[in-house]
Amino acid sequence: MTKGFRVEDLTVAYDREPVLWDIDFDVPQGTIMGIVGPNGAGKTTLIKAALGLIKPLSGHVLFDEKPYKKMYKKIGYVPQKGSVDWDFPTTVFDVVLMGRYGHVGWMRPVRNKDRKLALEALRQVDMLPYAKRHISELSGGQQQRVFIARALVQEADIYFMDEPFQGVDVKTEKAIVALFKQLKAQNKIVIVVHHDLNTVRDYFDAVTLLNVKVVASGPVKDVYTKENIAKTYRADVYLQEESDDHVAV
Amino acid sequence: MSIEILLVALTTALATSMVGVFLVLRKLSMLTDAISHTILLGIVIAYYFVRDLHSPVLLIGATLMGVFTVYLIEGLIKVKNVNEGAAIGIVFTMLFSISVIIINTQFRNVHLDIPMVLLGNLEFTIFNRTTIGFLNLPTSLVVMLVVLLLNLALLSLFYKEIKLVSFDYALAGVLGFTPVILHYGMMTMVSLTAVAAFDAVGAILVIALMIGPPITALFFTRTLLKTLLLTAVIAVFNTVLGYQLSVLLDVTISGMIATVILFSFMTALVFAPDKGLISRLITLHSQKREVAFITFIQHVKNHQNTADAADELAKATIHTHLGWSETFMNKLIDKASKTGYIKLENDVIGLTDKGNDYYKRLRFNQ
Repeated sequence: MTKGFRVEDLTVAYDREPVLWDIDFDVPQGTIMGIVGPNGAGKTTLIKAALGLIKPLSGHVLFDEKPYKKMYKKIGYVPQKGSVDWDFPTTVFDVVLMGRYGHVGWMRPVRNKDRKLALEALRQVDMLPYAKRHISELSGGQQQRVFIARALVQEADIYFMDEPFQGVDVKTEKAIVALFKQLKAQNKIVIVVHHDLNTVRDYFDAVTLLNVKVVASGPVKDVYTKENIAKTYRADVYLQEESDDHVAV
Repeated sequence: MSIEILLVALTTALATSMVGVFLVLRKLSMLTDAISHTILLGIVIAYYFVRDLHSPVLLIGATLMGVFTVYLIEGLIKVKNVNEGAAIGIVFTMLFSISVIIINTQFRNVHLDIPMVLLGNLEFTIFNRTTIGFLNLPTSLVVMLVVLLLNLALLSLFYKEIKLVSFDYALAGVLGFTPVILHYGMMTMVSLTAVAAFDAVGAILVIALMIGPPITALFFTRTLLKTLLLTAVIAVFNTVLGYQLSVLLDVTISGMIATVILFSFMTALVFAPDKGLISRLITLHSQKREVAFITFIQHVKNHQNTADAADELAKATIHTHLGWSETFMNKLIDKASKTGYIKLENDVIGLTDKGNDYYKRLRFNQ
């Protein structure tokens, strides 16, 4: 049995429009992978299909060779910040605790062990002093860190994050990158929808270039080439060379 | 037996406002309005089979139609990208008009309409009675007590799950909690509660009770549990006060309770700490002063030691450059002098060392 995450022949369509078309790629354990592509490339759809939130037209998504339904306790999820109502009456601590609900199970009360884990996760993302605050009192970066803490307490083997760097401050960015390193050291998989082409080489060790179809997928050093990026963004994009390591569009 | 009327009103208020909290949080407040009309179709269809205006099957039909209404509205939103208000508007009128057509063609001689079957009237609830053991109680009281207990039981059993699905629907799915079942379970309870409550107190009061106490409570609370508790307190307070006033003024009870609900909401809207209008205005005003102060310091920094400093920074003319009133400008100059950020030389303003420090510490200059 191969450990890791695998997408096989995945097609998702809305009406007659294919959003993802025959997607195949593998992510081995201990990989931090960025999913990069233009708007409408199907990045968020890919994550949603992996999480069973959208039913694909064809294909499979496998975690350690098993389908999602058998593995959901091992899968962590960081949605886009805008996906929840930040005026909802709940505290920072409560939101993080929600990440434990899957382990707690139907109708059972939250245990002390879960509370301890939630506090520990808050400490890890440097948000412990905010535990009792209402979630509307946070900045964008702090909201993101709360989501990350919530994913951490899920104690998953594979994490999906949808644009975690979107609109965050430097401190949060550093916290997320540090977290990637830590998760990698624990041999976990992190799959990140990402927008900024300049930081791909700094943040990830593997990348999937996506535009409805997979243009390229593999280690950053092999597949993150100017040719592949241009192919992903289709038009003759003007690539500006900032340094040898950085490519910008 | 006026105490019985109050008890019917209280159980109804508690049952409806508890489920109402989740309607408000899910931004589905207008659903009650839609349900209040579409259930007629459920009643008509149920009547078609049982041919008895007093059969409980009519209530079951009404409840199911309420859930179907939610299903249709959400289906429209999801599939066709229709916005929420439009979806509610179209589904609600469509289902209602179908029931009107059926009544007109099939049951012209039967007195079948919403008021007949469901539009309750608090004053009359005591005449329709049920005997349970040695107790003889108003039927509405028994029904509403059962609904209230059912709501409370489900809410305490599934509190964690309901909270999760209300806050983050997608995460509920990711964690394996089948949000669809939770959601439609909740909507079934909303529909059942609404139908039972329409029968007891009438549609308008139900809508007011479902939405009023929760939105009032949300001005004050920061956690879901406190929101639920405060909602219950507000619902009870509004009902008791409305009831007493209606007795005092000899007006309809439902109308008076609904009026009190409106007034307590308005009070919260204006006076609530942090989220109320007054508190917001104060915050806005002080923020404006703060930003103006920063702008002033920035202006001094930009122009001191330049050729036009004598004009731009003169105490007498600086307000014309910034476009502020002289009084407002003088207040800021006073404040800046007192804190020691500025000094005056020949009536020209300049930053002190302390003022320069302050400028450097400003967020956008770092």
